[in-house]
Amino acid sequence: MKDLVDVSGDVRVNDFVIKIGNVNGTGSASANGLLMKAIFRMGVPVVGKNLFPSNIQGLPTWYEIRLTKDGYMARSGTAEFIVAMNAETYKQDLAAVSPGGFLLYDSTWPRPDLHARADITAIGVPLARLVNAAFDNARTRVLMKNMAYVGAVAGLTGLDVEVIRGLVKEMFGTKEHLIDANMKAIGLGLDYVREHHPEPLPLHIEAMDKTAGHIMIDGNTAAALGCVYAGATFGAWYPITPSTSLMDGFKSFCEKFRVDPQTGEHNYCIIQAEDELASVGMAIGAGWNGARAFTPTSGPGISLMSEFIGFAYYGEVPLVLFDVQRAGPSTGLPTRTQQCDITLAAYASHGDTKHILLFPANPKECFEMAIQSFDIAERFQTPVFFMTDLDIGMNDWMIPELEWDESYTPDRGKVLTADEIEKLEKFYRYEDRDGDAIPYRTLPGSHPKGAYFTRGSGHNWKGGYTEDSAEYKEVLDRLTTKWKNAANAVPAPVITRCGRNARRAIISVGGCDGAVLEALDRFAENGVELDYLRVRGFPFNAEVDAFIAQYEEVFVVEQNRDGQLRSLLVNETAADKTKLIPILDYAGMAANPKFIIEGISAHLEALGDVA
Amino acid sequence: MTSMSKPFIDKHLPKNKLGLSVRNYEGVMSTLCAGCGHDSVTASLVQAFWELDLAPESAAKISGIGCSSKTTAYFMGQSHGINTVHGRMPSVATGANAANGDLNYIGISGDGDSLSIGFGQFAHAIRRNLNMLYIIENNGVYGLTKGQFSASADYGSKSKKGVANEQTPIDPCVQALTLGAGFVARAFSGDKSQLIPLIKAGLKHKGFALIDVISPCVTFNDHAGSTKSYAHTYKYYHPLVHTDFVAHADEVTGSYDKDGAMRVTMQDGGELFLRKTADDYDPRDRAQAIETLLMNKTEGEIRTGLLYLNSDLPDMQAANKLPKIPLNQVLYERLTPGKAALAKLQARYR
Repeated sequence: MKDLVDVSGDVRVNDFVIKIGNVNGTGSASANGLLMKAIFRMGVPVVGKNLFPSNIQGLPTWYEIRLTKDGYMARSGTAEFIVAMNAETYKQDLAAVSPGGFLLYDSTWPRPDLHARADITAIGVPLARLVNAAFDNARTRVLMKNMAYVGAVAGLTGLDVEVIRGLVKEMFGTKEHLIDANMKAIGLGLDYVREHHPEPLPLHIEAMDKTAGHIMIDGNTAAALGCVYAGATFGAWYPITPSTSLMDGFKSFCEKFRVDPQTGEHNYCIIQAEDELASVGMAIGAGWNGARAFTPTSGPGISLMSEFIGFAYYGEVPLVLFDVQRAGPSTGLPTRTQQCDITLAAYASHGDTKHILLFPANPKECFEMAIQSFDIAERFQTPVFFMTDLDIGMNDWMIPELEWDESYTPDRGKVLTADEIEKLEKFYRYEDRDGDAIPYRTLPGSHPKGAYFTRGSGHNWKGGYTEDSAEYKEVLDRLTTKWKNAANAVPAPVITRCGRNARRAIISVGGCDGAVLEALDRFAENGVELDYLRVRGFPFNAEVDAFIAQYEEVFVVEQNRDGQLRSLLVNETAADKTKLIPILDYAGMAANPKFIIEGISAHLEALGDVA
Repeated sequence: MTSMSKPFIDKHLPKNKLGLSVRNYEGVMSTLCAGCGHDSVTASLVQAFWELDLAPESAAKISGIGCSSKTTAYFMGQSHGINTVHGRMPSVATGANAANGDLNYIGISGDGDSLSIGFGQFAHAIRRNLNMLYIIENNGVYGLTKGQFSASADYGSKSKKGVANEQTPIDPCVQALTLGAGFVARAFSGDKSQLIPLIKAGLKHKGFALIDVISPCVTFNDHAGSTKSYAHTYKYYHPLVHTDFVAHADEVTGSYDKDGAMRVTMQDGGELFLRKTADDYDPRDRAQAIETLLMNKTEGEIRTGLLYLNSDLPDMQAANKLPKIPLNQVLYERLTPGKAALAKLQARYR
C-alpha cells in the first residue's frame, strides 16, 4: 500500500505538515495559533495538534499544523516542514522530517549536525540575531523570536502576510505598539528568507475556499458553550488536565451572558471544590435540588468520584460528568490523549451499575452532545458521562459553524409541580407509573406531600428503606430496564457504507473518527472494501447489533490498550466476539490513520486476503 | 423520642402559627438503640422547627452515613432528605444550597462522619460559609461498626473492652473556630433546654452554624472510663453562656437560670453538675473561644453553649452573587444567550 506521505520530488500544495519544536513556556502558543489561523483564513482546511509536556516551563513542546486540502481531520503522522526552535530536540526533530522535507533552524549559532541528512533541506535563519538587534527587552526578544519564525515560514510557503497582519490586529486591538512590534518581528523573518531563500519551497500554501462557514474551536470550549445553551446553572470542579479549560470556558461564557447588568447577580454558580469527591457531591446536591449540574474531570477524577456516582445512579439523581480522557493508568501521561476510561465510566462504582455514555467525535458534537447529555440525565434521572478526550478537548478543530434552534426547550424529565403533587392521592418516589421504568420526582421545598428520602441504601418503590429481597430486586430490575431504554435516547450511530457489499467493517468511537475516515479512503484506493459505524452512545442502539451481524469481521478501532470499546460490545451486544478484531493505538498521541491501516493490513495479509 | 409508633392524633396539642402541631414535624420511627442521645437531638429539632413556625417542607435534611446520619429520617417527614455517602454530606449540601438558597439546610453528621472521612469537606463547608445548620452528633465511637474509637475519642478514654485510646482527639469546635466559622456551639443531647435554643439560633444564623452535640452512645460508649458517656458528660458538662441569642428573632428565649447550679443523679450513677454560667465570656471573641476550649482539655470540662458568633461574614450565596430567585427556578429564557448571540460569538473563532 502506498505510504501516506512522501514529499520527495513533489510540489505539494496545501497538503503537508508544519511542525514547530519549541520550549514550553516561551510564548510560542500565540505564534503557532497565528500561523494556523492564517492558513484557515486563506480558506485551507487545517488541523492543529498541540503536543505538550506535563510541565509549566522548560520541557520540549511541539505544535503540528496539518494543511489538508481534502479536509481530513486527523494527524497525518508526518512532518514535511519542521521549525526547530529547541536546541535540546534538534536531533530528534532532524530525524522526524519526512524524506524530501525541510528543517528551519535558528542559525544564530552554527549547527553543522543539522546538515547530516542528505535527503532533506536545512534552512538557517538567524532568528535570535535578528530579533536581538531589533528589540531591547529580554522577554520581548524571546516572544518576538517566535513571531520571526512565523514570518520566515510565511516567506517560504507563500502564506499571505496580509492575512497575518489582519489577525495580529485582531489579537492586539487598539494596542498599536504591540501590533507594530509583532509585525516588525514577522517582517524580520520574512525579509530574511526572501533575501536568502528566494526560491519557493515545494510546499505551497495557496488560497482555497474550503473554510467558509467554518470555525476553529476546541472541544472543551464547545462543550462549555453547550452547557450554557443547555441551561446548566451549576458547575463544580477540581482542576485536572485536560478538562480544566472546559470550566474556564463555562465561566467565561457565563460572565458574558449570565450576569445581570442591573443587579450584578449571577444566573450560575461555579465552585472550585477541594477535590473530585466534593465536586461530584456538589453536582449531585444541585441536581437533586433541580439545577442542571455538571462536573468536568478526567480519569483520575472519575476514580475518586466512583462512590458518589453509584449513589447518584441508585438514588436516581441527574447530573452530567464530562470525562476529558487522558492517558492512564494512575497519573499516566496527563497531557497525552487516550480513550481509556470507557469501561470505567460504563460501570463506574461498586455493585451493579450501568451508565449512559455519549461519545462526541469533534467540537461540533461536543456542543450538541453537551446539551443532549443534560436532557438525557434529567429525562432518565441518572448520571450521564460525556466521553471526550484531550485531543478533542484541547486542540483546535475545524468544524461547520454551530447552529442553534430557538425552539429548543430543556427536557427536564418527570418533575412534578406543587399543583401536580397536590392532586395526587399519594406520592411514591420510585413508582413506575408510566411503565417506562422512569419514576416521577419532586424537588425539595415544592410541597409537603412530595417529600421523600433519597438514599444509597436499599429502598423500595415507595422510597422507603428496605432489606426485603423482592423489593430490593424490583428496584434494581427497573434500573436495568431504564438503562436499556436509554439506548434509543442516546445519539444514533453514524454509519458510512462503501457502496458495495463489504464483508468487513470498522467500528470506532470519538476522536478516532477522522483517522478512520482517512484510512477508509486509503483502503478504497487499494481496493479494500470496508463499511464503518461510529458509536455515539451507550447503551448501544439496536443498530449496532444489526450492523455487526452483517459482516464476517468487524475491526474495533480505539485508543487504549485493552480494547475497552470492544469489551463493551462483547458484554452488551449479542455479537460473536471472535469476529470483533481489536485495532488499538495507545501511544498517547492524537489518532492518525497509520495504526488503522497497518493493523487491518496485517490482519488481511495474515489471512492472505489482501485486495 | 420514643421507640414505639404512635397514632397521629394531635387534636389537643398546641398549634404554631402555621396551624401545625409538633406531630407534623416528626418523621418515621427511630431504629436507633433505646436511649440513644441522637434521638434526643431529633426531638429537639422537631421542637425547634415547630417553635420557629417553619414549614416542614422548607427544610432540606442532608446527612452522610452512620447512626447520626440515619436520624434525618426521624424528623420532619414532610421535608426532603438525602442520606449521602460517608463524610461527604457537606458537598451535597453545597450543591443543593447553590441550587436553592431559600430552604433551611440541616446537615446531620457524626464524629466518624465529619472528623475522619469527611474532615476535608467539613473544613471546606466552613471555608465557604455555607448557609446551613451543621450538627455533629458526637459520641466518640463508631456505632454501626460496633465500637471502634472515632477521631473525637479523648486521649485515655476507654473502649467497652477496656482498651485505652492513645491518640489525641479532634475537637470540631476548635477546628471550626480556627477555620473561621461564624457560629460555633457545643451542647449536650441530654439537655434540651440548652439545645433547642441553640438549634433555633443556628437555623436563624445566615452562614455556617456548627453545633457539636455530645450525644452518648448507650451501646458502645456509655461505660466507666468513657469520656463521652452520659455519666461523664453530666459530670463535666459546663454551660458557658446563655444560648438564647438569636439575631432578629426575639421569639427565641433561653431557659437557663443564670445563677443556678444543678446536680442530678442519673440511673447509671453518674451525676449531672452544672456550674454557673461564666459572666465574663464574650461569644464574639474568637481568640477567647479557642483559648477557652483549649483550657477545657486541661480542666476536663465540657464547655457548652454558644461559643462564638459572628454574623457579619458573607455566606456562600452572597460570595457567589447568586440571584434572589433560586437558580433552580430561573427561567430558561434567562439562561440561554439565543441564536443571534451564538452567531455573533463565533466571529472570534473564524
